[in-house]
Amino acid sequence: MNHTLFRDLRPRLRACASLALAFGAAFVMPAILATAAGPATAVEVKIAKFAYDAKEITVAPGTRVVWTNRDETPHTVTSNDKSFASKGLDTDDKFEHVFSKEGDFGYICTVHPFMTGVVHVRK
Amino acid sequence: MSTRDPAGPGHNPARRQALSCLASWTGAAVVWTVAGGVPHALGATGSGTPATAAPDALTFVQISDTHIGFRKPANPDIVGSLRRAIGEINALPQTPAFVVHTGDVSHLSKPEEFGQARELLQELRVDRVHTVPGEHDTIDEGVTGYLKYFDHDGNGKAWYSFDQAGVHFIGLNNVLNFKAGTLAALGDEQLAWMKTDLAHVSSSTPVVVLGHIPLWTIWEPWGWGTADSAQAMALLRPFGSVTVLNGHIHQVLQKVEGNIALHTAMSLAYPLPTPGEAGIGEPGPVTVPAGELGKLLGTRQLKLVRGSHELALIDKPLAG
Repeated sequence: MNHTLFRDLRPRLRACASLALAFGAAFVMPAILATAAGPATAVEVKIAKFAYDAKEITVAPGTRVVWTNRDETPHTVTSNDKSFASKGLDTDDKFEHVFSKEGDFGYICTVHPFMTGVVHVRK
Repeated sequence: MSTRDPAGPGHNPARRQALSCLASWTGAAVVWTVAGGVPHALGATGSGTPATAAPDALTFVQISDTHIGFRKPANPDIVGSLRRAIGEINALPQTPAFVVHTGDVSHLSKPEEFGQARELLQELRVDRVHTVPGEHDTIDEGVTGYLKYFDHDGNGKAWYSFDQAGVHFIGLNNVLNFKAGTLAALGDEQLAWMKTDLAHVSSSTPVVVLGHIPLWTIWEPWGWGTADSAQAMALLRPFGSVTVLNGHIHQVLQKVEGNIALHTAMSLAYPLPTPGEAGIGEPGPVTVPAGELGKLLGTRQLKLVRGSHELALIDKPLAG
């Protein structure tokens, strides 16, 4: 099983996948994944040691970006233009956002405003 | 620059003796006098029998950074730590006028955390508890969630002032974020309020300021400072005696600037590293060996004697 992939799925999707496994219908899974995840590809950004890693990423329109807090301290992912904002993320909590339009999207952690990151969306 | 001896080493033999006594009393206590005064209340506490303060002395206690909701190895029982501190405060021979909490009441700004914190603080046998918000109290909806539980004067602001025993107290909110990539700040609206508030206070009145993040820059890369603190300091400079009490950094640091003495306090939740500490590049919780944690958490008792500018501070670890 691809643990990296599973960890990044939303809880609902994970529940569906588990259910499918429970019925022994493992072959159904790829179809479920493709439908639920849609065409968006996922890019991961780790939050660790009070920094976004990577601090800057460049993705294509339609990309889903998933942030995961690996610190013992809560952080947020809050865009400067208010187009996206997470709740306070405790350890191992995730936040995701699909970037549909081109542009440069700077964001900060509102708990620690010296933490900054930017998502460049380019065709 | 931070210093651990605002009066200068060897400056005052009586004070040095009191320091020595207190060190033996608590194991790791640090005593401070402000503005080089003689620490009235310390001699008797040093012998293990807490002193009875002068009849006209105001006493109050500072606690900080309780982080209710925190559940990590650095302190698996933060409620127990707070309860222990509450027990010690309730056992003080002279009931303090009130308790101040300098922020990070909660860990994640959750209503249940604020609610639990408020219930726990009600176990304090004092008239009232004054809090200021920390950045952990304003995570999801700014200061709104915090104010549902801790709006002290009903003004819908997290800043306020009050007078007690001839001392003017100001509570501030310096965890607001106005600009990406910078330190948190007080903001123009609050600075304007502060100016108006202080306009009615005589310069001979002792002023005590409560704020979560230090009002001087200790370590900018970790956000340990307030972007517009210089403007607040300018408003406080005309006063003869100003004491600023902060939290946030979970350790005791002091600085004196003219008549303004600034102090940070220990946390009641978990220790944080010292800036520049070898191998630690970020201000995350530090897990220490069992038995060591109590020495790094604690409370602070303050005594102000009316008619003087002297103020004695006793930092007391939970476990001596």
